[in-house]
Amino acid sequence: MKLLRACLVLLVALCLKPLHAAEVQEFTLRNGMKVLIVEEHKAPVATFQVWYRVGGRDEPMGKSGMSHLLEHMMFKGTSRYGPSEFSQLVQKNGGTDNAYTTKDYTVYFQLFASDRITLSVDLEADRIQNLLIDQKEFLSEKNVVMEERRLRYEDDPQNSLFEEVVATAFKAHPYQRPVIGWMSDIRSIERDDLVRYYKTFYSPENAFIIVVGDVDSKDMAQRIRDAFERIPSGSLAMRAEYQEPEQKGERRLTLKKEAELPAVIAAYHVPNFPHEDSYALDIASLILSGGKSSRLYQSLVYQKKIALGAAADYSGFNLDPYLFFLFATASPGISIEDVEKTLYQEIEHLKRSPPSERELQKAKNQIEASFIMGQDSIYVQARQYGMFEMLGDWRLMERYLEGIQRVTAADVSRVARKYLTEDNRTVGVLIPIRKEKSNEWTEKD
Amino acid sequence: MDGKRLTAENRRDFVIGRRFLAWIVFLLVFLFAFETLDALALDAKRTELPNGLVVLHSENHNLPIVMVTAIVKAGQVHESEAKAGTAYLVAELITEGTKNLTSKDISEEIDFIGASLDAGAGADYTTLALSVLKKDLKKGFALFADVLLNPSFPEDELVRVRERAKGFLAQQEEDPSFLADRAFRKEVFGSHPYGRLVEGSPASLDAITRDDLVRFHSDFFVPNNAILSVAGDLTPEELKSLLEEHLGAWKTKALPEKCTMPLHRRDEKKVVRIDKDLTQANILLGNIGISRDNPDYYAVSVLNYILGGGGFASRLMRSIRDTMGLAYDVHSVFPSFREGGMFKVGVQTKNESAHEAISEILRQMRQIRSEPVSDSELADAKAYLTGSFLRRLDTNRKIADFLASVEFYNLGMDYVTKYADYINAVTKEDVLRVARKYLDPEQYVLVIVANQKKVELKE
Repeated sequence: MKLLRACLVLLVALCLKPLHAAEVQEFTLRNGMKVLIVEEHKAPVATFQVWYRVGGRDEPMGKSGMSHLLEHMMFKGTSRYGPSEFSQLVQKNGGTDNAYTTKDYTVYFQLFASDRITLSVDLEADRIQNLLIDQKEFLSEKNVVMEERRLRYEDDPQNSLFEEVVATAFKAHPYQRPVIGWMSDIRSIERDDLVRYYKTFYSPENAFIIVVGDVDSKDMAQRIRDAFERIPSGSLAMRAEYQEPEQKGERRLTLKKEAELPAVIAAYHVPNFPHEDSYALDIASLILSGGKSSRLYQSLVYQKKIALGAAADYSGFNLDPYLFFLFATASPGISIEDVEKTLYQEIEHLKRSPPSERELQKAKNQIEASFIMGQDSIYVQARQYGMFEMLGDWRLMERYLEGIQRVTAADVSRVARKYLTEDNRTVGVLIPIRKEKSNEWTEKD
Repeated sequence: MDGKRLTAENRRDFVIGRRFLAWIVFLLVFLFAFETLDALALDAKRTELPNGLVVLHSENHNLPIVMVTAIVKAGQVHESEAKAGTAYLVAELITEGTKNLTSKDISEEIDFIGASLDAGAGADYTTLALSVLKKDLKKGFALFADVLLNPSFPEDELVRVRERAKGFLAQQEEDPSFLADRAFRKEVFGSHPYGRLVEGSPASLDAITRDDLVRFHSDFFVPNNAILSVAGDLTPEELKSLLEEHLGAWKTKALPEKCTMPLHRRDEKKVVRIDKDLTQANILLGNIGISRDNPDYYAVSVLNYILGGGGFASRLMRSIRDTMGLAYDVHSVFPSFREGGMFKVGVQTKNESAHEAISEILRQMRQIRSEPVSDSELADAKAYLTGSFLRRLDTNRKIADFLASVEFYNLGMDYVTKYADYINAVTKEDVLRVARKYLDPEQYVLVIVANQKKVELKE
């Protein structure tokens, strides 16, 4: 949970309008693929990213984890490049490549010294249309993903708890399912499922390109046109609409697992950006856990010493309404009930009395500063554009900043009263099962 | 790297791409070892102040931000076994109260300007890092200097920080990678300080008094034992005036004698098994490696890239992940410190395939010791190592940290231009020679944290 604050601040950081707004070159290819190019010459580096409008929310029942497994397969060979050739080619040119999958979208990116960035154009234009999904490679990669799931969830008690809480908070909306997928779902995915999924969602009109860095935008635009424009358009994939019914009463769950300390997660249904309340929720999460001077740290960790860590987390940058989280790990010897109660006391305090003007200003300053610092990295810059473009338009960045500036102390209390209620929350408690003594022995030979 | 380390990708509901762990390993390798660099020189100035403080400055006015890094040569190697954790507690406590400010004053001031001020102890040294907007530089630098020079180590803060450290140690018992790493270090480094956790142990933490912290700080936190590195939006004149105002009174002082404890390679095979109810076996295999000043450092960098440091270009990844489908992550590293280092291969695989993965790691080690690497492997490794330097020094934070480390390891201000030459000079014969010298497939430490019953069942 130590990472939470950092994540939070960065998430918020990802969203502000550039102060020295760079010029964005924007155009759409004839096949419907949109392109954003931002020249940024402060260092001789560039990033090339392709964002696909598909993620965990688009998977059929029983096949959770499909978006992520397909993401893995995107590195396993096309009609032009053999499996693992992709990354080797990138590294040989001093670059790094990676990809990630979220509830709402899937992103592929490379980082290169700017004289090599055109390699990305060739590689991405190839795998958007020529992916093979070889059966043997597919079976092997499925095992890799199951190992990934064991690593991240099965053997990590706090991550397991998180998965349980989210699954309980949602009944109708596919956000209930983990992006990596349930183990049995991963197992049941077949090659044909992925082929169909690829054909449906990996078409030019369902994706956009972002280039940020030390490039000549005219030249880059031409190269992109040459490589991508002739790719035939498919049909715009239909993304189903889901609506989670209003929660009427607290949901509680426990998870018993081999662990050392109990932990609690409370999750409240909240609106997403650009709902007017999303800005105040952002500010509320920073007042609760933006730095060591924030309320949860000061109360639970510093003064009462009942928690090793305590944090709030909110991001409104989802296609649909998601959750506002509270997390805490109990200090040794402290009952998790006391920790949970104290978390709620802080929430009640926020509801009763508005934060001071200084606290409000501090939260706004943190958002501004971490945004500016994020600009130091072209990767983070590209992400900022991508996240807002995914939500409709990269220009929403400005709307976000204005929204944050508008938030008043009264707004913060109001949204706390409106959303952070007992009936609207799902609470998960991790109950450690401890072996009498962990066995350790050594052998020599 | 800031982006990468902190991004939303750490969120639990976010699944990271196929290469996330491999990337982390890359970053760690580069952080520890700085096997970076390309032909383009980094424009930085080095000055040594009359009090002995070395100052490095990279001026860059693209963004209104300033990144400051101080390295103080005070780490695990400067503490006794009985009081292991002293450097850690000093680092944790310098931001928890000074002669002028309380813990809450410091965090409130730093948070209010949206800055960060973080201290951390390591094997050889302690770092203090400030990230601040240009407009708040005066305030930020004043806090940075106050924390560095005037910590007061309040008794109640010591009690609190110590209890929390013990709590974290307890919590980490549930983390298989932590258990594996702790056991591995202990076996590889023996009683050398590198063999301990930087946090020490609950018992050694309890043995540390406020006086110990005050003495450690007064002995080692002196300008002739420190490096200050600054990158970002400030001119030499602005830097000079900040230094005069805030560090002008920092006085030179003779340093305590320090003896170095020798490190020995293990000349037998040692297997440590830790039994836990897990679905995966967490495996580490290796031995002593090399210190940062070892002349073999560059040949070892190339070797490691080819064996298991080069992500999807490496032999271990291609075989254990791509071909065998046994693991999400498998990698090798040679973390190099001042007095020595280690070599280790790490992998996580389901309990039942632990033996298969271990056999394959050993087979790959034998293979790279028995035959020279191919021409294309050598060329690709060199191309990556030399060609990725620029890209990886692309933020002010990275530049500030990099410059401080180059100074710490005495690599010279021309290291940036020389690195490519060092790497390009490595031959196939060099790689074979260092493989035979540092990889031993018979005598090694093997740690397996797993459900041991299932490990024995095999597949």
